[in-house]
Amino acid sequence: MADFTVRSDAVNVEQIMEQIRARIREKRGVDYTEEQIRELAAVKLQKFLDPRGVRSDLLEQFRKTQPPYEPPQLPNFAFEDSTLFESHRGPLRFIRRLLRPILKLFFNPNPLIQALHIQSKVNTMLAEREARLEASRRSTESLYYELIHNLVLETTRLGIEVKNLTMRVESLSSRQDFNERRARALESAVVYKGSQGSVGSAGAQGSLGSGSLGSPGSPGSVGSAGSAGSAGSAVSGAAGAPGGQMQPPTPGAGEGPGQRSRRRRRRRGRRSGPPAAVVMGGTGSPAAPAAPAAPHAQSTTAETVQQAIAVESHSTEPAPAAPVSQPSVDAAPPPAPPREPDSQ
Amino acid sequence: MKLAVVVQRYGHAINGGAELHARYIAERLARHAQVEVLTSCATDYITWRNDLPEGLEQLNGVTIRRFRVKHERDPEAFGRLQDRVFDETHSIADEIDWLDAEGPTSPALIDHIARHAGDHDFWIFFSYRYYHAYYGSRAAGPRAVLVPTAERDETIGLSIFAPMFRSVRALMYNSPEERLMIQSVSGNESVPGVVVGVGSDVPQNPQPARFRAKYNLRGPFAIYVGRIDENKGCPELFEFFQGYAKSTQGRLTLVLVGNSVLPIPKHPRIRHFGFLDDADKFDAMAAADLLIMPSYYESLSMVTLEAWALGKPALVNAKCDVLKAQCIRSNAGLYYESFAEFVEALSALERQRWLSVSLGRNGRQFFRDHYDWSVIERKYLDMFDRLRKEPAAARTEHDPGWLDRRRETIPPAREVLAKLPKGPALGSAGVSSNAGDPGRKRA
Repeated sequence: MADFTVRSDAVNVEQIMEQIRARIREKRGVDYTEEQIRELAAVKLQKFLDPRGVRSDLLEQFRKTQPPYEPPQLPNFAFEDSTLFESHRGPLRFIRRLLRPILKLFFNPNPLIQALHIQSKVNTMLAEREARLEASRRSTESLYYELIHNLVLETTRLGIEVKNLTMRVESLSSRQDFNERRARALESAVVYKGSQGSVGSAGAQGSLGSGSLGSPGSPGSVGSAGSAGSAGSAVSGAAGAPGGQMQPPTPGAGEGPGQRSRRRRRRRGRRSGPPAAVVMGGTGSPAAPAAPAAPHAQSTTAETVQQAIAVESHSTEPAPAAPVSQPSVDAAPPPAPPREPDSQ
Repeated sequence: MKLAVVVQRYGHAINGGAELHARYIAERLARHAQVEVLTSCATDYITWRNDLPEGLEQLNGVTIRRFRVKHERDPEAFGRLQDRVFDETHSIADEIDWLDAEGPTSPALIDHIARHAGDHDFWIFFSYRYYHAYYGSRAAGPRAVLVPTAERDETIGLSIFAPMFRSVRALMYNSPEERLMIQSVSGNESVPGVVVGVGSDVPQNPQPARFRAKYNLRGPFAIYVGRIDENKGCPELFEFFQGYAKSTQGRLTLVLVGNSVLPIPKHPRIRHFGFLDDADKFDAMAAADLLIMPSYYESLSMVTLEAWALGKPALVNAKCDVLKAQCIRSNAGLYYESFAEFVEALSALERQRWLSVSLGRNGRQFFRDHYDWSVIERKYLDMFDRLRKEPAAARTEHDPGWLDRRRETIPPAREVLAKLPKGPALGSAGVSSNAGDPGRKRA
């Protein structure tokens, strides 16, 4: 848990909770509160079902299979013991009632009445049962509908979440790439700076590229030192880019006259510097102090300068053979180059 | 001055929030006035069985007068009526039936109040939701003072209580949120009211080391004190804490203190010590690193106040407006609404000592400023003085007639509740006009 940015003598709970929520959002991307989830759940299915999207016919299909339900008005005949003898005419009803005992002399109407009465009741029961079943089926279907609704809701949420997570993964992987590049560059820069420190004390900054990257155990092999020096400057230039502190080694293009002249002076110093073994404190010539080296640097020949310019135009390539054969480099104390930024 | 405290249950072994609140207030006011407590013979708030003898007794210098409960609660009938009034359009008669089914139905208590209404200067009724408060406040007339101890649940949406909130002489609220809720539901802004709450007898020198030694407890721990019940949010606490233990490197143990009506998960970092006496409870709280209060419904949470009095920070459920608002006002606790917030907040309290200490210090100061007994007593006495000076307003509301009581036009209580304002009552609504109210304070 990262420290909160509030002072202990002024604790503000709301501020702390805001920071906690910000951390949660940072960790999880979109964070739905309970209320937001409830709101999402309350949204009608129609809003989620875009007709142009996936399962665009889901709602239509559901509607088609659900015609408005009208309970059928089935005819039913209520049959009671008096039904046979009923009439809307009062006198007739009276006469029938009077003659009912006589009628019963001819046949027994009771079984007929009972059968019809039972049939009437069975009809009623069946109609009620049918209505119950229909209601049950409809409620089940509405449950299915709700289930589909919730599934669509969850799918939508998951889709949003997947999108967020994908974006986060992409962001994290790009950050990781960047950090890896930065780490590599910083490692190089650390080596570079360390070497520069040792060279500074030896008064031979010009050969620090060779000092850092070349093989230290080859005294007198100036050629290898020079070529390594070129590589070293290239690496250090690349290392500077991600950190934002060092300039990339783009010779020529975009350089000002001051930079160019500094680069030239550095090349010059490198060629006239001691061998790598000396710079690295090997068994070669002992390092001389920087101050006495300065006058010697002034006496560099014009030829050397021209060669240095030629090398500069191919700074990333191995140095030509000519500077390698400079005899004065080993013997003479190294020149004191002008101070340059570490990144260079 | 003669005062009567009327509460549904009362006794030394009764530890319900409102009942304890009533006992503390009665015992404290007994130092300034002659106090009599009127209560039922019940000790169980579910059945209201007559466990204690009827008549008079003494407890800590306070006279208690007990009345028998006419009938025990029938859970089935009560549940059916509750479903009706909470979820369906219903009538006033339904609500009256619900109140009668809820209990503790004691007509003898109400008769006594009606006959002796003039014997006391004020009648202080605790818990608006019960039979004794509804009928008792009507019987006491202009001498009735109500301590509603209202929570944000469906009961507040029942229509029979709004006239009661408007007709009592004064209300002693537990929090600005409670006051806002009651004013919204009843429109009783003209009734005198003050946010008071309750103090606590927190020992000056608790012994945390003694507790650790007695219960062989090592390492940091968070404590929950109270009934281990679903209504208190304990299942969510168990789930969240187990998730926390799994997902972080923290070493916190969860210690549970209180009787359990739930199975407690078997987890090496969850320990249950059951009901503890006050000494052990305060030692445990003093030994804890923080208090967790997962309850959804609280009108005050005395345990949280006690933790603050002991200088312990609290982690509370933000779904309870009162708890969240108390944390914001006091700057003495964090709150959570989801598992992620629980984990982050608990992790912050466990790992960042300075935060924990600062919150605890704020809590101690908040308790001293607003819940010290001297402050609480002063608020009650000031209110009584004010009521004695001001004439009682004539009661203008009449009871509905026989037909009106049976007209099914009352909306479901759940609907009414949903329309009430939510969230902490900070800002102007949260600050009482009375001096000494627990308004917002930042350390």
